[in-house]
Amino acid sequence: MLSLEVAGVAKTFTMHLQGGLRLPVLQNLEFAVAPGQCVALSGPSGVGKSSVLKLIFGNYRCDEGTILVRDGDTMVDVARAAPRQILSLRRRCLGYVTQFLRAVPRVSALDIVADALSDLPRETSRARAAAMLSRFNIPERLWNLPPATFSGGEQQRINIARGFLPEKPVLLLDEPTASLDAKNREVVIEVVREHKRRGAAIVAIVHDDLVREAIADASLDITRFAAAA
Amino acid sequence: MTGTDERPLLTIDGLTKWYGRQLGCRDVDFDLYEGEVMAVVGESGSGKSTLLQLLSGQMEPSSGCVVYRQRDGSIADVWQMSEPMRRFLFRTDWGYVHQDAQLGLRMGISAGGNVGERLMAVGWRNYAAIRDSAKSWLDRVEIDSNRIDDTPRTYSGGMRQRLQIARNLVTAPRLIFMDEPTGGLDVSVQARLLDLLRRLVADLNIAAVVVTHDLAVARLLSNRIIVMKAGEIIETGLTDQVLDDPSEPYTQLLVSSILPV
Repeated sequence: MLSLEVAGVAKTFTMHLQGGLRLPVLQNLEFAVAPGQCVALSGPSGVGKSSVLKLIFGNYRCDEGTILVRDGDTMVDVARAAPRQILSLRRRCLGYVTQFLRAVPRVSALDIVADALSDLPRETSRARAAAMLSRFNIPERLWNLPPATFSGGEQQRINIARGFLPEKPVLLLDEPTASLDAKNREVVIEVVREHKRRGAAIVAIVHDDLVREAIADASLDITRFAAAA
Repeated sequence: MTGTDERPLLTIDGLTKWYGRQLGCRDVDFDLYEGEVMAVVGESGSGKSTLLQLLSGQMEPSSGCVVYRQRDGSIADVWQMSEPMRRFLFRTDWGYVHQDAQLGLRMGISAGGNVGERLMAVGWRNYAAIRDSAKSWLDRVEIDSNRIDDTPRTYSGGMRQRLQIARNLVTAPRLIFMDEPTGGLDVSVQARLLDLLRRLVADLNIAAVVVTHDLAVARLLSNRIIVMKAGEIIETGLTDQVLDDPSEPYTQLLVSSILPV
């Protein structure tokens, strides 16, 4: 049984403001991830690693191919799903952890993290958010403040805490450890291993060799699928 | 009523409006489900305000239909209903937030009266209960309850807009229409209003159609987006998908015209 199956995926950007310039990024992308497995994407910067994650998340439109994500007993094709199916899939099955926090005005750090568990009662989601913020070494005095004015590192850790909090079957990680200190990098490794033990299928972009060694079971070179320009 | 109904709340089919020979909008189709927030973006003259008026039963379309699933599960074409039925729907199940709060409020009566009036329209008669409900709604939209007896004339622009939202939400509508809800407000006031709207819409599981020319507002409030140009839908999809991977030339132009902060 697989949690994620990508087949024949192609993506080209057409830049209409540059006279219709076509930028082919990926072609014939093919891979699969089983529960509890972590696949690390590799290849030079600009080869399309982040695009792969965005295609799986439904953030980028897929031109060709299928992107099947397990939802219980069925597989949903993100490439063809209606917007509300994708929203439902993201809510229940598909997590995306990035280093960039999109801060919402006036919402506290604790609530930003707790909102990732919006199906649970408020006290429960807040308690679990607090535990996660502690693990990522965010001082308690910051929890009730909106993070817009926090340091870049703090914002990053808040976003990672939010991303890792829900236990979703498929997790997409885009450089979660970039620019983290050694202590917090260790926390990420621990948390990712916990998610793997509970059966999450993970696709990760990790530049740090130590972290990749620690979490990845397989490596996939995206250069193989780079579209010829 | 059953717990979850998987059918759309609102189904729009071939909605078209001509003003004489001038096109308002043409062939608009979409479904809106419970709890979904749909943003309609486009520049002035693109037909987005026309569309909102057609959807909300304020202006009759030249052709096409607006089909609404009522609380009892029955499906009704809004323009086949009797006028009193349509007005009843507007007072109970639907809300409409105008860009200009003066159009959505009664400026001569107290804030409490503005909120209470919607409750009285749906049959509330107990004065104390109406006042308590008005008070709690003022509190939810962050208006100090000792301002309950003041008229909106004495309120700031941001407060008026929040009062208008309270007036709309007090009857627990299932669907709310918003026309540039943050237009004309200071940036700091906008941020507060947006945060408030975002939370209320999520907490109450309301479906909403929000017309805005501000893509940041669309990103913050909506799950789905419609891009209009010259009266037609040119692109539609998940909000983050359309804004991060726009495919139409006009959408690419809109997205690339945002000034980074």
